[in-house]
Amino acid sequence: MAILCDKGTRLLVQGLGRMGQFHARLSREYGTQVVAGVHPDKGGQVVDGIPVFETVRDAVAATGADASVIFVPPPGAADAILEAADAGLRLAVCITEGIPVLDMARAKAELRGSPMRLVGPNCPGVVTPGQCRIGIMPAQITRPGPVGVVSRSGTLTYEAVDQLSRLGIGQSTCLGIGGDPVVGTTFVDALRLFQDDPQTEAVVMIGEIGGSAEETAAEFVQQHMTKPVVAFIAGQNAPPGKRMGHAGAIISGGKGRAADKIAALEAAGVPVSRSPADIGETLAKHVPGLASR
Amino acid sequence: MNVHEYQAKALFRSFGVAVPEGRLATTPAEAEQAARALAAPVVVVKAQVHAGGRGKAGGVKLAKSPAEAKQLASEILGMTLVSHQTGPEGKLVRRVYVEAGCEIARELYLAILLDRAAEKLAVIASTEGGMDIEEVAARTPEKLLTVHVDPNAGLHSFQVRRVAAALGLAGESARRLDAFLGGLYRLFVETDASLVEINPLVVTKAGELLALDGKLNFDDNALYRHADVRELRDPDEEDPRERAAKEIDLAYVGLDGDIGCMVNGAGLAMATLDMIQVCGGRPANFLDAGGGADQEKVKEAFKLILRDEKVRAILVNIFGGIVRCDLIAEGVVAAAQELGVRVPLVVRLQGTHAAEGRSILAGSGLDITPAETLREAGERAVAAARGAGA
Repeated sequence: MAILCDKGTRLLVQGLGRMGQFHARLSREYGTQVVAGVHPDKGGQVVDGIPVFETVRDAVAATGADASVIFVPPPGAADAILEAADAGLRLAVCITEGIPVLDMARAKAELRGSPMRLVGPNCPGVVTPGQCRIGIMPAQITRPGPVGVVSRSGTLTYEAVDQLSRLGIGQSTCLGIGGDPVVGTTFVDALRLFQDDPQTEAVVMIGEIGGSAEETAAEFVQQHMTKPVVAFIAGQNAPPGKRMGHAGAIISGGKGRAADKIAALEAAGVPVSRSPADIGETLAKHVPGLASR
Repeated sequence: MNVHEYQAKALFRSFGVAVPEGRLATTPAEAEQAARALAAPVVVVKAQVHAGGRGKAGGVKLAKSPAEAKQLASEILGMTLVSHQTGPEGKLVRRVYVEAGCEIARELYLAILLDRAAEKLAVIASTEGGMDIEEVAARTPEKLLTVHVDPNAGLHSFQVRRVAAALGLAGESARRLDAFLGGLYRLFVETDASLVEINPLVVTKAGELLALDGKLNFDDNALYRHADVRELRDPDEEDPRERAAKEIDLAYVGLDGDIGCMVNGAGLAMATLDMIQVCGGRPANFLDAGGGADQEKVKEAFKLILRDEKVRAILVNIFGGIVRCDLIAEGVVAAAQELGVRVPLVVRLQGTHAAEGRSILAGSGLDITPAETLREAGERAVAAARGAGA
């Protein structure tokens, strides 16, 4: 077991351009079943061994795909998300960075009530070690095991996963939820999935400045989680009013500071590593016995 | 992206949001002409900079005659305005906005923004206009009304009525709010604004509603579809290094420490700043070279870091996923040689092709301190900056 994706996942790629093709190849080499591509101008072609369709519905009908990874550029990305939902997919992971926030607010409102789970946008994707890679993560640093990893970041997720793997602590699923102000899957959604997943025994959560998703997550952990959670919050010394790379990573109106997030998490019983170098060790210290399993 | 008050008000006007009559001036003579043309008993001369707190900083003054407007404009133009939002270095005033004064009966507050937690737009209204709204929210939250609007449904009439009631507007004033707030909402969604704030929104003695001040921010991600908004950008208001970074598609934020940083990925870049602080040092900048960093990007990033004269050491921290560490290493070597980097260089390469990258650095003959882990990278960069400072 794992969350979101496993060996049985049948993945299609929306936006099979240069980047989409590159990562489709890496995902396939990792063992993921990449069954279809969707590109409005390449329908009927076979790219790199992958049959390409004009629409997601055609691709699903022909291949039985149940999940999608979206590389469509920002102007068409929200539309691509809605097309995935309309075609009845179970999961869409949107990698695209730079989608207007109003497009996402509208798409998210339209997805309410849809059975499709959206991960991202502006995220590195999802890896279930040894089984399935959706997105752009370097899957070779992961190893199968009992720890769920959820993060708003890309490369900082790799850093955390690397720390865990070096300590011999494997992961059930590694999930980047994205650095935008409005994302499909929130920390709370991810924590709930990990809580319900029998393979996951503990969770590492990596937040950052901006918004209040970490505070909401702290509340959820306190009220609903029986599994241990440890955290790190990036941007502890970030200046207010400056966007730190991610569209969502900004302290505005006195809100979204790292100190408030750390305080909320600690009050909920979540140990928070102050140093980004100690994320793995913080977990190992608070939850012994996770290594080499 | 931010714009000036005068630009915000021109947009307000075009969406039917009432504002006082006003004109822009870049010289005292123009300010005098503007005051004369407005033909109001009192005009207000307002410094145009991208920062709040202008009144307290001496950037907003009342004039009772065109001659006085000229005199005040000559004092305000060219001044370095320092407010709690400008930082200690302040901002040079290049333009003033001359606006007709009005007889104020009440001062209110009105804003529209995206509520991230609710994932909807939010109209925020308060009777406490002219105050610091964060303080109002902290001290008297009951005086703040938040109305969530589903962007797919738009602003409903009953929502406008709720705002009117909360603001104590009735009769003709309530009907005026309908046009005012409706226009503001259309402005927000049609230009992809990220914040529109009117503080104060005044009710005049004649019962009119007027936006006396206006703050307007836009979603950077949506600028590609708003050429007219892009034209409002004022490069003079931006930090020169941040502006240069934007032009080469790097995310850069200047800080006040002495360790220059180059990192791939925003989260890891923030964490690298945290690491430096944990090790007792102070970062000079945030720099995310992005997922597609190549040799050319690395060189541009180095140039940018070295423009900051405070920099005493540079820390490069790359976790290669998509980015290949060997290519980054070649970029670092080329940049160090071409640019003649004189400050100590600490480089940590991890992930894809890291071993190849490290051997490129080791074989370059350059004095580059390698680091294996994030902690080592932080410690060595801090030590290098101290050594260089001694």
